[in-house]
Amino acid sequence: MNMEKNTIYSPYKMKIEKITEEAPFVKTFRLKFINDEDAENFSFRTGQFGEYSIFGEGETTFCIASSPTRKGYIECTFRQAGRVTKALANLDEGDIIGFRGPYGNIFPIDEWKGKNLVFIAGGIALPPMRSVIWNCLDLRENFKDITIIYGARSVADLVYKNELKEWEGRSDVNIVTTVDPGGETPEWTGKIGFVPTVLSEIAPSSENTIAIVCGPPIMIKFTFPVLEKLGFTDENVYTTLENRMKCGFGKCGRCNVGKVFVCKDGPVFSLKQLKELPAEY
Amino acid sequence: MEIINKLIDKSSLSALIERLNTSGKQVYAPVTKNGLCDFAKVESVQEIDFDSIATIQSAKSLVFPKVEKLLSYEKTYDDVIVKEVDLTKIPEVIAFAGRPCDAAGFIPLNAIFTSDSVDQIFKTRLDKLSIISISCKKADDFCFCTSVNGSPSNTSGSDILLTEISETTYYAEIITEKGKAILDAYADLFKDSAVVDKTPFVAKIDKQFSTEIINEKLKTLFESDIWDHQAMRCVGCGACAFVCPACGCFDIQDETKGKDGVRHRCWDSCGFKIFTMHTSGHNPREKQAQRWRQRIFHKFSYQPEQQQEFGCVGCGRCSRACPSDMNIAEHLKAIAVK
Repeated sequence: MNMEKNTIYSPYKMKIEKITEEAPFVKTFRLKFINDEDAENFSFRTGQFGEYSIFGEGETTFCIASSPTRKGYIECTFRQAGRVTKALANLDEGDIIGFRGPYGNIFPIDEWKGKNLVFIAGGIALPPMRSVIWNCLDLRENFKDITIIYGARSVADLVYKNELKEWEGRSDVNIVTTVDPGGETPEWTGKIGFVPTVLSEIAPSSENTIAIVCGPPIMIKFTFPVLEKLGFTDENVYTTLENRMKCGFGKCGRCNVGKVFVCKDGPVFSLKQLKELPAEY
Repeated sequence: MEIINKLIDKSSLSALIERLNTSGKQVYAPVTKNGLCDFAKVESVQEIDFDSIATIQSAKSLVFPKVEKLLSYEKTYDDVIVKEVDLTKIPEVIAFAGRPCDAAGFIPLNAIFTSDSVDQIFKTRLDKLSIISISCKKADDFCFCTSVNGSPSNTSGSDILLTEISETTYYAEIITEKGKAILDAYADLFKDSAVVDKTPFVAKIDKQFSTEIINEKLKTLFESDIWDHQAMRCVGCGACAFVCPACGCFDIQDETKGKDGVRHRCWDSCGFKIFTMHTSGHNPREKQAQRWRQRIFHKFSYQPEQQQEFGCVGCGRCSRACPSDMNIAEHLKAIAVK
């Protein structure tokens, strides 16, 4: 199979090169194109997603969790939850899956040049943000201060533990990790508290700063008001939406929020754009 | 293309159907079986039901089948062989004796499947479909095409439109290049004609509201309680979407037998709770009223805004099919005066 596909439903075949256990029931797959030509012709930008499939089980939607600056592979991180993700979790390195994509819009990192960035993520929502974090870190000179605030329910639930350590070790990244009260271990040296609370404690300046928020609905709900208090305008706050999807290109009809399709017009939205949509997500 | 005006004798339809079949085209037309009229493959004109006001299912399955293969796969010990759909195998099809609303339904459907990114399977099917419709001599209380920019003799979407103008004769309007190709191939069956005023020969359907008013009203009605009131009766069966000529929503599912399998596209409906339900259980359209609102907004607000086409042709099929007697025309009228 090559780029000249008969239909937009034909997936690339990809081999699972590496599996990383991130947290209970959460895994990262590193995927490589089986066909060299596909690998050469494929490109994506940060914020985009794809349809991953096990033949016989079906397709499922995840963001591309790796950065476009890291060539030759893509990564996805998922939690076992439904039929397809359970089947995916049973696969081994060397197994073959299908991938369609990339779909959707991007984080406008070109527009963020010369600005401070604050990444705020909760739980399993770090993966979509990991792509844009690494993208920005790989182009570090383009940005001023980079702050990462990441929280999970418990220490075990934190994903990308090695990368969190790596970011902690970098002098050009301010990283704060936190776990919900009761989720700490005796060895835990990070913060204890919910993400919005930690955000208001740290109180990053909104001056010349972009905030990128990604997390469960409850976290998002309490984070936006904190950002507003800190002086962030709606144009400078970004998030990425998730909805049930099938096709990935605005035809199957289920992921719309008002007239906007999350798959085609999103998944990345500024808070300004989000506020113009009906609250149906 | 400028419309070419012709006449065709009713007695020539038999030859037309036979010769279309002989040329290798598949002819689908309304056929009544066990009292139910639906599009079916025909080989002779005798099989066709010319009297039915509307088939139960629309003609959309000719380009968007209820279940359709997107790809097939074969699993081997350490690999998967993916076989793509062979678009060259898609047959040439004639939709014969459908109604102007059937033909009009292909327009919004085409907008869904070919705007932004092109669904090649749909496009190939539509490219290979020629539509010979017949104007409506009669209508029932469910018909409301004139309220959604259509009419019983509307030419939009058809390649040829036939209108019965006497016991023996149809007035034939050749509308598109595809229609002209049929005319050219069977020119001996057609006679020249002047332009005919079709009005006396077709059903009269009163206009009950306008799409423009509905579209305008919806701008302020998203949070209205009208959706709760109207959807109270809805049982969420999805029949309205399945019979609708303009509904294009679908699901994608794999079906495996042993090592072999097929990835299918299947009709779906925004009326189903599971349509939008996340794996977590969260559902952006949790209530039936939200799903009914989505149905009306998609057809009368989002589609016209995004694709310049209304997603309703006024065929009334959803109202005829609804097991709890929801009547879309009545509901739209209520929205228009809200």
